Amino acid sequence: MANHDIHLSVRKGTVHAIVGENGAGKSTLMKILYGMQKPDEGTITVDGQEVSFSDPGDAIDRGIGMVHQHFMLADNLTVLENTVLGSEKLYGIGARARTRIKEISDAYGLGIRPDARVEDLGVADRQRVEILKVLYRGARTLILDEPTAVLVPQEVDALFDNLRELKAEGLTVIFISHKLGEVLSVADDITVIRRGTTVASVNPADVTAKQLAELMVGAELPSPETRESTVTDTPMLEVKGLTLTENDPVDGARTVLDDITFTIRKGEVLGLAGVEGNGQTELIDALIGTRRPDGGTVTLGGEDITAWPTRKRREGGVGYIPEDRHRHGLLLEAPLWENRILGHVTEAPNSKGVWLDIKSARSDTERIVTEYDVRTPGIDVTAGSLSGGNQQKLIVGREMSHNPRFLIAAHPTRGVDVGAQAQIWDQIRAARREGLAVLLISADLDELIGLSDTLRVMYRGRLVADADPATITPEALGSAMTGAASGHLEDEEPGPARDGGEDR
Amino acid sequence: MKKFDKDRLILALGGPALAIVVAVALTSVVLIASGRSPVEPYALMAEYAAHSDIQVLIVNQAATYYLAALAVAIGFRMNLFNIGVDGQYRLAAMVAALVGASVTLPGPLHILLILVVAMLVGAFWAGIAGILKTTRGVSEVVSTIMLNSIATSVVAYLILPAQFGEQRGNNLTTGEIPESGWFPGIELGAAGEIYGFVVVAALCGVLYWLVLNRTRFGFDLRATGAGESAAIASGVDAKRMVLTSMLISGAVAGLAGMPILLGDAHTYSLDFPAGLGFTGITIALLGRNHPVGIALGALLIAFLDKASATLDYNGYEKEIAMIMQGMIVMAVVISYEAVRRYGLRRQQQKVGEELAAAAAATDGTGPENRKEVSA
Repeated sequence: MANHDIHLSVRKGTVHAIVGENGAGKSTLMKILYGMQKPDEGTITVDGQEVSFSDPGDAIDRGIGMVHQHFMLADNLTVLENTVLGSEKLYGIGARARTRIKEISDAYGLGIRPDARVEDLGVADRQRVEILKVLYRGARTLILDEPTAVLVPQEVDALFDNLRELKAEGLTVIFISHKLGEVLSVADDITVIRRGTTVASVNPADVTAKQLAELMVGAELPSPETRESTVTDTPMLEVKGLTLTENDPVDGARTVLDDITFTIRKGEVLGLAGVEGNGQTELIDALIGTRRPDGGTVTLGGEDITAWPTRKRREGGVGYIPEDRHRHGLLLEAPLWENRILGHVTEAPNSKGVWLDIKSARSDTERIVTEYDVRTPGIDVTAGSLSGGNQQKLIVGREMSHNPRFLIAAHPTRGVDVGAQAQIWDQIRAARREGLAVLLISADLDELIGLSDTLRVMYRGRLVADADPATITPEALGSAMTGAASGHLEDEEPGPARDGGEDR
Repeated sequence: MKKFDKDRLILALGGPALAIVVAVALTSVVLIASGRSPVEPYALMAEYAAHSDIQVLIVNQAATYYLAALAVAIGFRMNLFNIGVDGQYRLAAMVAALVGASVTLPGPLHILLILVVAMLVGAFWAGIAGILKTTRGVSEVVSTIMLNSIATSVVAYLILPAQFGEQRGNNLTTGEIPESGWFPGIELGAAGEIYGFVVVAALCGVLYWLVLNRTRFGFDLRATGAGESAAIASGVDAKRMVLTSMLISGAVAGLAGMPILLGDAHTYSLDFPAGLGFTGITIALLGRNHPVGIALGALLIAFLDKASATLDYNGYEKEIAMIMQGMIVMAVVISYEAVRRYGLRRQQQKVGEELAAAAAATDGTGPENRKEVSA
């Protein structure tokens, strides 16, 4: 059950935000509103009329359109072609369509270039094309699913300007997010969802981000407070001057990693904060070895591993919890025991010499399933048939089973239910006590602050700020993530109790 | 857990069975549309195939198809479409025949030399496509198709008397391989002779299964096919994997011409069978890249090929068998995808049900914090 007892009423001509933790059921709710999924019970009323959607076409007929988190555009077609695709009946595919696109673009200040090819557009422009597509089809209510996740702060501001334009023209926007700062700045009303149900409807003027956060997670903020430090003096991972440039079709050469330098010691969790798309993915790629940096060195336990291929790094004790588990962590159509082998095929118990040791791999999979509480009827089912949380527990169990010296944990609890979340935190903390060095990347600021020994902020490919998790607040961290603050971040009590990381 | 295995077996057999039933039905429709009996051709073919000499022909033909299909399947297992098996085996057979005819060695060594040459040439020809893909990003589909037609030209050139060929009446050949280079067959008296290479083909099937399912290399290869980005993150060097599997696929393709060359023709001539590579694609699809499935598929297609000869004598066109082969390809593609999706959905449901049942049975901690939210 992903949703139950949802009550939501959205006023015309407003921006209504729906907030909730990852996995709280926001996306399911939106799928129901957009006709992609049918509710078991309950009613939906649009403009006073009760409606029932059996597919997205019905929703569009009622003026409800959705802008998905993952864009659905054909890269090698132009903006015009993408817009008319599937709606050729509305305004044809020629001059009339072009005029209509221009009208919409001007009316809402979208700045659309109809003849640009989508592959040449940046992320923010693509998003505007998605919004245009929905408006073109006659939507009066727009659902935006985590629209800011892929945007940098300036682009977020531009998007919000667009949303205000839409609102001014009498359109309604439903805005799904778990980023409280953004929600407070743009929304007229806020509905909070927790564990699949609506728990509160509030006015943004009446609440603070902290109150909202408490509503989101429930009374007890599961802030994993283990302040006894396990940090040692032995460096485990040293990154010096890591630089990576990328060839962007629009902007030409773009520096995605700019002189990144940091050290993680044994028993230390280094938390990396930052808006998605500021170089975190590239940093992970460079550390796991799937992308070659243009400069700089990576040293693991005193050994220079810069030139090591991925497999050697993995064998050398680099554990990896990827940010996109479906693309990088699992073979969805393979059984669990084969997924247990993935990434560690050269190591015991998975193989002996060049031969796979299927018997041991299978029994070890059974062990992981039991120890890490992976809810599955057996190890022969495909990974794709498990829920996201259970898939993640399998990955965590697999990576921890090889006694990593250094763990890359990218969004380790994304899309995971609250119970599994606490469990994964426990496992990371237990391993840290044994001397594991962890690079933690997360969009969840509470997770970052609660779990890390040291915090760094990444902005536009650079480490711009550091902070002490014992004293920092999410607000201060948030302002550094948008580039507003840099250097050593301090709050009211600037205690020199612990080093924030002078190794920079 | 046996339950899931049984399900999987039923699903695995369901796809091919469905495909063949659909293909037979559609072929019958064609027969009815042209005013013929919709069942008689099948009866004729079955009757004809009951003769032991036809069975020998079928088995021999199947061995050739089997090797070609294995070569294709190796590529398929990692999402590589080696359309070039056809060019690879022809060029390999021709060069191997040339080398075989120009040396005299003691028996086993002679055969070994011919085989090694054939595998090297096949691997070389496929390797060109592999290198183009890894260095320049050229789709292997395009490059292998082009290499097919280049192979045709190269073979036609090399077999000219001015180069290495010999004129034999109206035919051009590469000269006869001495008897030390003939692969001994299995004599069955009046029924004929089964190629000894049938055994080699079967061994290749066993090796294929062993390498893919029981070795680290095979796991990496399958992982790359199942999810390339996940395989790369797991430490597979994708480029090297593309090249390696292309080379192996080409080497096996090089063997595809060997049953005929070493068991029957003993020379490469203009009438050496062509098109095996494309039939191999059909069979690999039909057999779902599984060594046993491919063997059954190879026997089925060989049966259609050889048994259809009788149709001509009985007032039917033997092209009916070709129509059926075509129908099988289409039906296979559609029915496998349908069965695959059905299987995945069914398993997802079952997992959900079993978990719900388990949760209800051990309802200790309360449903509130045990449930999974799928958003």
